[in-house]
Amino acid sequence: MHQTIEKCYISVNVQKADFDINSEIKIIKSKKIIGGIANFTGVVRNSGRKKEELMSLELEHYPGMTEKAIMLICEDAQKRWNLNSIRVIHRVGRLFAGDNIVLVVTASAHRKEAFKSAEFIMDFLKSRAPIWKKEHYRTHSSWVQSKEEDELILNDW
Amino acid sequence: MKILYFSWLREKIGVPFEEVEVRSETVSDLIKELINHDHKYQLAFEDIKSIRVAVDQKIIQDLNVSIKNAREVAFFPPMTGG
Repeated sequence: MHQTIEKCYISVNVQKADFDINSEIKIIKSKKIIGGIANFTGVVRNSGRKKEELMSLELEHYPGMTEKAIMLICEDAQKRWNLNSIRVIHRVGRLFAGDNIVLVVTASAHRKEAFKSAEFIMDFLKSRAPIWKKEHYRTHSSWVQSKEEDELILNDW
Repeated sequence: MKILYFSWLREKIGVPFEEVEVRSETVSDLIKELINHDHKYQLAFEDIKSIRVAVDQKIIQDLNVSIKNAREVAFFPPMTGG
């Protein structure tokens, strides 16, 4: 899903496949109007919240809604900062330790706007993207509980 | 109407979605209707504060919102994306 708002190109994908950070940045650089590019990559930890070795992480989502919800977060970021590109890729399905989960790339004429907007998007993805994580251990599985601080931090924006 | 469930709510109900003839006009009434229909819904909706709702793929805060013209309603726990 993609769109351009006031010269800011926003592109969002929810997919099972892995992503390549370098090629995503190359696409943004090809537009030749950049000042700074900030990027954040979320990666599966090898130990879960219970300090046990994690076998896998399962990400369930709401097909049809997830990309729209992420796009709304990006539109909000575009309104707040002067950005010329936003790229978000969120993976779903079964992932393993070390696998990429999420990529947020923001480009702006000024570094602070790129940094801030990438952080803003990540904060909102945590509790506004309809995605649910389940941790699978050797002997049991458990749904990741949302953290109250993740919800509270949104009030700071 | 299509009713969808995600995460542990889906596991408690036992299906990812179902097509239901709904008489209720609000989300709040729909939850009551489901609970009256089968005990499994009572267990799933026990802790209503931990359940989030989307009507036609938009998160709603007020359970008294109308679902008269809604195509789908989704129930799920707080999201854990990112």
